[in-house]
Amino acid sequence: MAPPRLNTRGDEVLFRAGTGTFALLLIAIVGAIALALYEGSRLSIQAFGWQFWRTDTWDPVVGQFGARPFIWGTLYSSILALIISTPVALGIAIYISELAPEALRRPLVFVTELLAAIPSIVYGLWGIFVLVPFVRGLQVATPEWLRGVPLFEGPPLGVGMLSAALILSIMVIPFSSSVAREVLKAVPQSQREGAYALGATRWEAIRMALFYARTGIVGAVMLGFGRALGETMAVTMVIGNSPNISLSLYAPQYTMAAVLANEFAEATDDLYLNALVEIGLVLFAITLVINVISRTFIWSMDRQRRPRLVRTAAMRAGA
Amino acid sequence: MNRDTRRRILSHVVITLCGMAILVALVPLVLVLFHVISQGISSLNFAFFTEMPRPVGEPGGGMANAIAGSLIVTLLGAVFAIPIGVMSGIYAAEYSGTRIAGAVRFAADTLNGVPSIVIGVFVYTIAVLPFRSFSALAGGLALGIMMIPLIMRTTEELLRLVPPTLREGALALGATRARAVFTVVVPAALPGILTGILLALARIAGETAPLLFTAFNNRFWSTDVTQPISTLTVQVFTYAIAPYEDWHRQAWAGALVLVMMVFICSLLARLATARMERMQRGG
Repeated sequence: MAPPRLNTRGDEVLFRAGTGTFALLLIAIVGAIALALYEGSRLSIQAFGWQFWRTDTWDPVVGQFGARPFIWGTLYSSILALIISTPVALGIAIYISELAPEALRRPLVFVTELLAAIPSIVYGLWGIFVLVPFVRGLQVATPEWLRGVPLFEGPPLGVGMLSAALILSIMVIPFSSSVAREVLKAVPQSQREGAYALGATRWEAIRMALFYARTGIVGAVMLGFGRALGETMAVTMVIGNSPNISLSLYAPQYTMAAVLANEFAEATDDLYLNALVEIGLVLFAITLVINVISRTFIWSMDRQRRPRLVRTAAMRAGA
Repeated sequence: MNRDTRRRILSHVVITLCGMAILVALVPLVLVLFHVISQGISSLNFAFFTEMPRPVGEPGGGMANAIAGSLIVTLLGAVFAIPIGVMSGIYAAEYSGTRIAGAVRFAADTLNGVPSIVIGVFVYTIAVLPFRSFSALAGGLALGIMMIPLIMRTTEELLRLVPPTLREGALALGATRARAVFTVVVPAALPGILTGILLALARIAGETAPLLFTAFNNRFWSTDVTQPISTLTVQVFTYAIAPYEDWHRQAWAGALVLVMMVFICSLLARLATARMERMQRGG
């Protein structure tokens, strides 16, 4: 039953229009981002078309722009980061939600939150002065027979793909692990009890829960992937910023976000600027698609018992 | 029996691996904090907060201008983001089922996932290029855009947590909807909304990428919002990639200040949440 309306209609209209304007403004900002990036890259799209993503020469002096090395670097570093971080993130999520004693849970959640709170620039600084020298040491110590493998080719510079992948994986772990944790929480207890009743060991019961939560877990991992793709400062500071397409973990490479960070403020002529904005446009589009898919996956878990809980966690983690 | 033993061993192995995953994540956390604190403290002094940067080769000096700049840019961002975030959150909570509410939620979630460097590119095209100048305003705009989604989402969620009896009481007393929302529901959710704002501040306090080509940098003391301005994060970046020992020390000191700022914001957010929870339990 609706409450009796003593109020004037005008008040309600004003309230709705007032708050609605801000709501529309928020929607307009997202639209404006897409539009402005598209407008801002028009020259480059016209001049190069698809060639932009198929050629390797990036030479602002002669006005030749090919972005293939950057997209390679972005994808390769993010995939490597995913390979390193996923097992760790899942292990943490499983430990906190399934195994840890109650008293340990909160502190452990706090630790992962701390990991997420450290700013990218601080990871970058640490990367330059601590991680890179460490990685250089590893490279120097690489045994001779390994150096022939394409993965470990090249001089021991320290800066390069391996350092970038390591720092990215550290930064991605808290995101995917906190979402995976909430997803596991949404698995009904009866799933585990059923498994135990049939004589399952602890791991077998956990495996059942993991299987039940598989969509959400894939979503959690993809969310981390989206984060890694757009990560800028820390990667820029350790990847070496050199447009190479190489499988080697030791080679300095470049990412889309890093080239924006390094060159944007210096881009003087229009075509150069447009080429950079186009990189931004594509970064926007890729992360958008990845995020929409991972959100759909994560929220499909919401339909089960704990509405909105997973959603809130995902939001905090930046989904 | 043999098979059962194997199952049990496998179970123990996996459990051990999961526990080890925690240790693996702890190692970088401890190392980063250790280096930032140890290097930072030894380089941090009073001059860092009060003095201007010195030219290359002249040791000493501080980041007074960058600290002031960071505060100004963050403040500009908050001023821009809080009204949009809170009001659109109110809209989404009040008109929950409408198409616009769905669109706002989608927009906020999308914005939340946009890489910060892309926001920088966007702001450059709309607020730097047309005026032919980097500015503190542009930097604030970029940070503000990053704050909006988190504020909007927490506002919406927390307004929904307010017990419906409060609102019904207000309506029963003859309040209009607007009056009920602004004088009863929003005040009840205020600590929660504050949490959202603090979390958003914690998130942007360490942002560098969106400032690189919006606020840019400035070697001098500046409080003019239409001019380029120096910020702590960009300054740390500049110093970190420069080849001078003394600048590296300053970069570590800056990193320590940044980490402390982020932690203080998170801590305050935590306190506000605790208050909110107490209030809800106490009724």
